[in-house]
Amino acid sequence: MAGLEIPTWDPETALLIGTILLEAVLLYVGYGGLERLFGPRLMAFIVGGEENAR
Amino acid sequence: MLDSVLDGLGILGTSPEMLALFVGFGLVVGVLFGFFGMGGSFLVTPALLMLDYPAPVAVGSGMAFVFGTAVIATLKHHDLGQVDYKLGAIMITGTTIGIEVGRASVYYLESLGLAGALISVAYVVLLGGVGAMVTRDARRGDGSGDIDHEAADKDLSEYEIPEIAKTIQQTVRIPPMVTLRGDVRVSAWVITAVAFATGLLSGFLGVGGGFIRMPAMIYAIGVPVPVAVGTDLFEIVFSGGLGSYLYGQGGGVDLGIVVPLLFGSALGARIGSAATAVVDADGIKVYFGGMLLVGATAVGIGEVGSYIGSPTLEMVGLVLVIGAAVVVAVAILYTSVVSLRTTRKQQAVTAD
Repeated sequence: MAGLEIPTWDPETALLIGTILLEAVLLYVGYGGLERLFGPRLMAFIVGGEENAR
Repeated sequence: MLDSVLDGLGILGTSPEMLALFVGFGLVVGVLFGFFGMGGSFLVTPALLMLDYPAPVAVGSGMAFVFGTAVIATLKHHDLGQVDYKLGAIMITGTTIGIEVGRASVYYLESLGLAGALISVAYVVLLGGVGAMVTRDARRGDGSGDIDHEAADKDLSEYEIPEIAKTIQQTVRIPPMVTLRGDVRVSAWVITAVAFATGLLSGFLGVGGGFIRMPAMIYAIGVPVPVAVGTDLFEIVFSGGLGSYLYGQGGGVDLGIVVPLLFGSALGARIGSAATAVVDADGIKVYFGGMLLVGATAVGIGEVGSYIGSPTLEMVGLVLVIGAAVVVAVAILYTSVVSLRTTRKQQAVTAD
């Protein structure tokens, strides 16, 4: 049976996981910013139809 | 320059069609996760298995996706003060050991050529079981075992501890005892046992385990619902990160899958989360249960197709898994828009 492993330091894998972590943080901040910028206008468009958006 | 960065991330190895599929699927999974607080991620691994990815890649990439999603959700719950860091820290040990045992099992079964089939069977049982339970509760109008969207607005001291949790707290008093948020006092061993069992499932199936861990935290440990949700996500950041690292060392994490899935799901989760403010979850829950049951059937059909060598059956399974998730996500969005427009009309009439 494949034995249980103690994680060993592997820079390549650390970079891989770091990339996912960085993407997650960037998406949280980025989508949050977009929501603040365009959220109210988008809601007006969806809820009230095109007339309200204008 | 951009090409070399993307190539280094393994994204250029994925065709544009697959990237678009993963972004779209991520969006759907995100809407489900944002709305129900669970249940999106465990559609990813079966879908990848049906797309003929090897089991370690399907499970490893599914886990890396869960890790990224948990990071985003934890940031939000931290802002709301709904994370019990002491409980999370205790759970990390049990979950880590559980995940490692589950992960080792996957590689062992893979060496025997049984991993894909057994993981699919486990999914059929799990999705079918949870799906049947949710559907039954939804038809009875019973909201138990689910996230109460109004719960976030209540004070933690207002929560009643479930009877079964009270019994466990009174009978299992093996030291060390710990006090958690909401004045819950429980043995650290109960917490560790819950963490190990759910970690085992996470490692074996590549899922966050939240759909089992959250009810377990509420009913076995007795923590208030919002704290269970926030702490579960915090814990998944570590367990998912470690699991992804271990799978990544074995070549099991494909950024060409994870990056586009996360890109779509982060947006979908915001939409799904916003929808909880305007849609009654009980009305949608029956669809959610139905989706899990269809997912279980789809994985079964896909596995039979793979066993008898029928690409048509495998395709039917894949279309059913993705189709069921899309239908529920669209139902949430449609109901939200209708509800918002109705509210606005009523406000306009009142103002007149």
